[in-house]
Amino acid sequence: MSEDDERQQSPPSDLEFVSNKARNCNATGSGSGHPEFQSTYPDQVLENVLENMLHFLTSRRDRNAASLVCKSWYRVEALTRSELFIGNCYAVSPGRATARFTRVKALHLKGKPRFADFNLMPPDWGAHFNPWALAMAKAYPWLEKVHLKRMSVTDDDLATLAELFLGFKELVLVCCDGFGTSGLAIFVSKCRQLKVLDLIESEVSDDETDWISCFPEGESNLESLIFDCVECHINFEALERLVARSPSLKKLKLNRYVSIGQLYRLMVRAPQLTHLGTGSFSPSDIAGQGDQEPDYVAAFAACRSLVCLSGFREIIPDYLPAIYPVCANLTSLNFSYANITAEQLKPIISKCHKLQTFWVLDSICDEGLQAVAATCKDLRELRVFPVDAREDSDGPVSEVGLQAISEGCRKLQSILYFCQRMTNAAVIAMSKNCPDLVVFRLCIMGRHRADPVTGEPMDDGFGAIVMNCKKLTRLAVSGLLTDKAFDYIGRHGKLVRTLSVAFAGDSDMALKYVLEGCPQLQKLEIRDSPFGDAALRSGLHHYYNMRFLWMSSCRLTRHGCQEIARAMPRLVVEVIRSADEEEMDDVVGTLYMYRSLEGPRTDAPKFVTIL
Amino acid sequence: MEGSVGYDNDLNLKATELRLGLPGTEPVSIVRSNKRSLQQVADDDCGVNGCKSDDQNETAPPPPKAQIVGWPPIRSYRKNNIQTKKNESEGGGIYVKVSMDGAPYLRKIDLKVYSGYPELLQAIENMFKFTIGEYSEREGYKGSDYAPTYEDKDGDWMLVGDVPWEMFITSCKRLRIMKGSEARGLGCGV
Repeated sequence: MSEDDERQQSPPSDLEFVSNKARNCNATGSGSGHPEFQSTYPDQVLENVLENMLHFLTSRRDRNAASLVCKSWYRVEALTRSELFIGNCYAVSPGRATARFTRVKALHLKGKPRFADFNLMPPDWGAHFNPWALAMAKAYPWLEKVHLKRMSVTDDDLATLAELFLGFKELVLVCCDGFGTSGLAIFVSKCRQLKVLDLIESEVSDDETDWISCFPEGESNLESLIFDCVECHINFEALERLVARSPSLKKLKLNRYVSIGQLYRLMVRAPQLTHLGTGSFSPSDIAGQGDQEPDYVAAFAACRSLVCLSGFREIIPDYLPAIYPVCANLTSLNFSYANITAEQLKPIISKCHKLQTFWVLDSICDEGLQAVAATCKDLRELRVFPVDAREDSDGPVSEVGLQAISEGCRKLQSILYFCQRMTNAAVIAMSKNCPDLVVFRLCIMGRHRADPVTGEPMDDGFGAIVMNCKKLTRLAVSGLLTDKAFDYIGRHGKLVRTLSVAFAGDSDMALKYVLEGCPQLQKLEIRDSPFGDAALRSGLHHYYNMRFLWMSSCRLTRHGCQEIARAMPRLVVEVIRSADEEEMDDVVGTLYMYRSLEGPRTDAPKFVTIL
Repeated sequence: MEGSVGYDNDLNLKATELRLGLPGTEPVSIVRSNKRSLQQVADDDCGVNGCKSDDQNETAPPPPKAQIVGWPPIRSYRKNNIQTKKNESEGGGIYVKVSMDGAPYLRKIDLKVYSGYPELLQAIENMFKFTIGEYSEREGYKGSDYAPTYEDKDGDWMLVGDVPWEMFITSCKRLRIMKGSEARGLGCGV
């Protein structure tokens, strides 16, 4: 019973493997219970024990630490890692990853940097899933789960997943693009064990294919079907039949082409749902005038397990009372596509005592936020999006709303807040009232806007956040900011891993403070700030510890970036040109650099120069 | 600054407008990714609560500061999906897909730019390089292998031309140019 023999078994479930080995280990000891393992060498015993232990280690950070202990631990850890997370698809090649980790069942891959979401990166930059799909097909035929974020996925890739991985169960695509309904059709038709298909904020092209009808007949294993981002009509009758034959379905998020009448029909078939995305939440245009409206309240009341509600894509507020029966149990509510007023919100939110996650539009105004603060004492995450995403519009939410939230929601951990005006006082108040904050993202939409009450920069507000919120790992700053704000961040933001900067700072010193002061910094994204080559140089000691650095429309020059590239061979330094830039301009439009074991990538498009 | 300044209906605020970039250059409003629908440059967008201009007699709202790419940092999908409904009700373009049997890809047209059926059909003929026949109420489209059809709100496929134009543009979800026997069937008093 050498280790080699057992490795032949395929595909073993990890836990099964553990208990087999454990049993075998004990069996070779003497039957009388003597703690003597004569037939196995001591090293091997240790390895067996280690392997058993490591199966229970799920955190990838712990696993990374374990793999550094010694060669033996490295090897065993690599054998037992079943979930592979790669934060930058270009940091390591598919070949290298599959060579080290041989028993992976789940792959989590991230591609483009976040600023690509805001049109700051030309399309076709890269992050193609294809080479990974092909490598996985050879190395991990037992692969069950793929989770991709900001990757380019083609219809062929979807076909590959469905055809070459027989036990494939779970596909989650977040902010991806490159595929369409015809790819989905092939995928769902061939993936017989599918449990989860989650399409989140992805761009799906409409190839006029009725993919919903392509789910195989017979009872389905579907547990989660999320397609609220798919901007095309779907075959409702086919969907209804699918839901009816999916007894395990817990999560269903519909797109805006599903009317409230159709939603009713689905809810009636699936009262076991825990997560529901309601689709349009308005009647289809041809609802007959004389038709009896279905009893929406009863449908919601029947969903006793519902904890997460979203959708409301084209809401008619008259229908809102239908959700009253579920409010008391809701832990997550997403109104971020629903243009509702404070008055319309109040009767709902006043019932949501257990709410932990709330996404909403600023149409509810400060008054609406006050109502949230009054009821939602357990709130952990708040996101307030603008209805009117422009710089100069009137702002319905302000420091008043932020102050109210900070006073009412003391357990707040994560906030994203878009506004037109904000005071240092309110931000300072939040830093004191909400000490558990881990994520603080404030977007004052007017660039370079000072505190409207004091006329001062927003330095002190953000300073207070990094000083008082000791658990803070993610920060996004805005408004008028001098180098002082960054000095604060460098001094106190010792746990900050992700920092987002736009239109801020006075000089290179600002960036220097951050690069020298924040040892945990992993992801730094900067745009339109006056930082140049000298600032870039001050981070040389740290860049290998970071996932990436993004700097666009700053003051970098080509030779400055070249210097970095020369000094750090394991860093890939990409200069990305926009449409109007010349190839040999010394001024750098966009710098995107990241550590990588592979050197310059071979799939870079023409507008990318790798220094 | 600029040479000749033409006066439009509005107060020619363009000349005094604050912009990024050197004088004589176009305002910064580059949308790099064409995959999502174009960010509405706000001169035709009055905001959710109607026009913000103080002077209610202005025929057009004042042009805003030039839009900066990617600012505020909201994904296009989110921006477009909050405004979508508003635009439809305010009378923004009515874009529908047009497919033609046998053609490799679809096109999209804005029904609002046409004043009636003849103009629409002419445009489609030009787009796909073919001819539709003569329309008659009794016999549909005679004289060609093609029949223009559309899917209405009920999901039914109808022959283009049967209902009044205004009713058509509000109920049409998409167009399909049918070809061959399927098309001929529509003309036979069915």
